[in-house]
Amino acid sequence: MDIRHIDAEPTAAERDAIDALLGPPASSWDGGERGSERDAHTAVGGAAAREQRHLLVPALQALQQRIGWISEGGMGYVCRRLSVPPAEAWGVATFYALLATAPRAKRVLHVCDDIACRNRGAHAIEHELERTCGAAIAAEPRGERVALGEGDVAWMHSPCLGMCDHAPAALYTEAGESPREVLLGNVTPSSAVHALTRHDPGLDSSGTAVLPQRGDPALVLLARCGTVDPTSLDAYRTAGGFEALARARAKGAEWVIAQLNDARLVGRGGAAFPTGRKWEAVRARPETPHYLVCNADESEPGTFKDRVLLTQDPFAIVEAMTIAGFATGCNVGFLYVRAEYPLAAVRVQNAIDACTAAQLLGDFRIEIRRGAGAYICGEETALFESIEGKRGEPRSKPPFPVHVGLFGKPTVVNNVETLANVLPIVRLGGAAYAATGSQGSTGTRLFCLSGAVSRPGVYEVPFGTMLRDLLAMAGATEPTAILLGGAAGTFVRGDEIDLPLTLEDARAAGTTLGSGVVMVCGPGDDLHDMVRRIAGFFRDESCGQCVPCRVGTVRQEEALHRIAAGKTLGGVAAELALLDDVGVAMRDASICGLGQTAYSAVESAIKRLRLYEEVGR
Amino acid sequence: MTATPLVQLARPSRPARPPVALTIDGQSCTVEEGTTILQAARSLGKEIPTLCYLETLEPVNACRLCVVEIEGARVLAPACSRAVEGGMKVLTASARVRHSRRLVLELLASSVDLSTAPGLAELIDEYGAQPARFGESAPPSNDGVRDASIPGHHVVAAPGTAATVAQPVKVDNELYVRDYAKCILCYKCVEACGPDHQNTFAIAVAGRGFDARISTEFAVPLPGSACVYCGNCIAVCPTGALMATSEHELRAAGAWKPEVQQTTDTICPYCGVGCTLSLHVQDNVIVKATSPLENDITLGNLCVKGRFGWQFVQPKDAAAGEGRD
Ligand code: SF4
Ligand code: SF4
Ligand code: SF4
Ligand code: FES
Repeated sequence: MDIRHIDAEPTAAERDAIDALLGPPASSWDGGERGSERDAHTAVGGAAAREQRHLLVPALQALQQRIGWISEGGMGYVCRRLSVPPAEAWGVATFYALLATAPRAKRVLHVCDDIACRNRGAHAIEHELERTCGAAIAAEPRGERVALGEGDVAWMHSPCLGMCDHAPAALYTEAGESPREVLLGNVTPSSAVHALTRHDPGLDSSGTAVLPQRGDPALVLLARCGTVDPTSLDAYRTAGGFEALARARAKGAEWVIAQLNDARLVGRGGAAFPTGRKWEAVRARPETPHYLVCNADESEPGTFKDRVLLTQDPFAIVEAMTIAGFATGCNVGFLYVRAEYPLAAVRVQNAIDACTAAQLLGDFRIEIRRGAGAYICGEETALFESIEGKRGEPRSKPPFPVHVGLFGKPTVVNNVETLANVLPIVRLGGAAYAATGSQGSTGTRLFCLSGAVSRPGVYEVPFGTMLRDLLAMAGATEPTAILLGGAAGTFVRGDEIDLPLTLEDARAAGTTLGSGVVMVCGPGDDLHDMVRRIAGFFRDESCGQCVPCRVGTVRQEEALHRIAAGKTLGGVAAELALLDDVGVAMRDASICGLGQTAYSAVESAIKRLRLYEEVGR
Repeated sequence: MTATPLVQLARPSRPARPPVALTIDGQSCTVEEGTTILQAARSLGKEIPTLCYLETLEPVNACRLCVVEIEGARVLAPACSRAVEGGMKVLTASARVRHSRRLVLELLASSVDLSTAPGLAELIDEYGAQPARFGESAPPSNDGVRDASIPGHHVVAAPGTAATVAQPVKVDNELYVRDYAKCILCYKCVEACGPDHQNTFAIAVAGRGFDARISTEFAVPLPGSACVYCGNCIAVCPTGALMATSEHELRAAGAWKPEVQQTTDTICPYCGVGCTLSLHVQDNVIVKATSPLENDITLGNLCVKGRFGWQFVQPKDAAAGEGRD
């Protein structure tokens, strides 16, 4: 391909940031000085450079972290280095919320105003920031930008940061030679202003998990969390770490997969697919290489369990990924962690480095890829696209990832919590593992309790525990409604808590456990506002590929706003019918799970909570 | 749209693949493995509406107009790209299917100007779609505002109004205009400019969600982009969002008269490739040049000379309606 590159030159700092990632350019063909020996008679680039396309997002992130935004010169240089057409790079850069493509302040505070934080003080923070630092960076639909955010500091609204146990939360980002990313919990209006204006966010609080069950001997997945130093390999090994890997290697790959099948382990990401079957399918594929992907792009509003596992027990994820690679014939595993979890990425990288130095991983290699602010990249095929350096647009299935996945190869994708279950299964054996839980849902499950509870946090309970009991553990005294499964899940009423928490009971009750979200709404919470926020979330996070979701999420949000403003088109009943029409089409005709579930919570608010009945009267 | 799988004309023949038996609306049929539901349905003489599908391009299955119901499946499937499987029971016009198609049409027609999209008004009628049910259109955005949108951030249209992609036409070169108020984001132009035909990669999808749009890098005007003005994007655009300036100006003057136009096929005189050229002539003036999609040399593609280089045969500005007596 004959690429027409951007003429603008990169600044020295931009060049530095990219060269630090990619190494110096080989010749003027890929953006270096003219006159090197290689310039004379050869053309470089082409296929070899294009094989580096997977470095596009990391390269754009390098610019973002160094400069604070992606300029024409900077992006142009990236395009030369990687042989990417500028228009495509632009398409990628403008897809991700944490990449700026217009000048932006070096220091930005991303204030979470999603469903958990907005009921716990986010608005007070936003008002104070507005008063002291000006309007949020945002686009206005018809006029000019409200605020360009070109000054020293700026702030913007953010979707769920996965810190609902520490609500309200914010993410501080500072670009420069030593960039900083700090995830903050229990933010107050004054601490937010202080962090931003004094450039002093303090320590990241995403690793100081609230662990209400800490030390409980019944814990399996959370056993080491809060009790074993997450930065020390020795501490992990003393606590029994790497015994599972040794056992897996001694018994062989088939044995491991047989244990998963005996354990009847199903994925914990939401889709609940049998993990053993997935592993078997990839293992059996003749095409090579096989890839392993650990999906740590936990972005479902209300979900923060993976954050706890990654920051508190990172060695376990490394060990479990190594077992998965061994059992499925993968030499490389990618861990895709959401951008909003900087500390998790640091801790896992530390664990990988320590294990590699101790030669514990054999010839298995783990690479961390960081998201760049896109909920949709939690969808497995969108995640592949993102790792490949593209826009996070889901692919249509079939073909399924076990056949055609990352880089077109057979790929096993597992969520963090799913992988965490592999260790006890290998240790105990599948049958013993399956003794916990119910027939259809074996083992324990992590639940993310937040909202109107006195003890928020991640809870580990056996499948089959009653919702009522889980709520009592977290101190939910007056639940008016509970959001199960996150924004893509459903609300249940406060009087529906005699629900055994299993996949099959949830399904029978017309709800879902999804990613394990249990967000409690109390008497003071504005449910209408929450539903509108969920609708706005889906509108923001739709990739835009397919019509039902791209436009449907907009129409859904507009209808909810019309109801709220008392400006219905033909009355509330007509609006609810319209919502249902749009919702059914989104569910039936969208490409991926995002569009297919974008009506789910809204529908449950209408039909289960009957939230709009009093409005209608 | 024609029923022939055009792309196969241009490819060398390949060994036959095993047969697959399925039923479509209760009618049995047997087709080769790898056939799409759309092709299978067409072999039975059934039409399934499509928008983002084109025989000469890789299916992106984005518009979802072609969805069909497969018995036992949780969600509907895009007929344009889903391959048949043995024993599949497909319904192409069930209530569920018609519902989603109607909604796709309503959602599109309420957010995009479809006034120059051939065949869409008829489909909207056929499915009883009512795009006005979402409220009156919100005011259009100013030039460049959609190009500057921030992913993950939006402002809700004033209650009672429906957000649209309305915006001024981009006129930044002499050969063709980009009227993204008419863009349904079917990805066809991106594919034609990129890997499927032209390999120029001047345009890509940028932004996200409802703010997604077709764009050059940093939304620079076309002359500053990689565009080589082959116009192959115009040839595949299903809505008239991309339009030769000659046609755009005649339409603006109310002088575009397709009913009196004659199309004459000839061979491009410029180079040895010898592309087939269809000259669209109105009142003795060439107003547009295309190449037939089913032509196995061009697949509808041309280069800048064939597409736009015919002004020399007629007085300057003839296409714009001047220079005629
Ligand atoms: S359903 Fe939404 S997120 Fe999924 S592919 Fe379609 S537009 Fe993208
Ligand atoms: S400009 Fe035309 S071809 Fe391109 S995406 Fe829009 S509607 Fe499709
Ligand atoms: S259209 Fe272009 S490539 Fe085709 S014959 Fe004419 S000059 Fe040659
Ligand atoms: S024609 Fe099949 S999805 Fe558009």
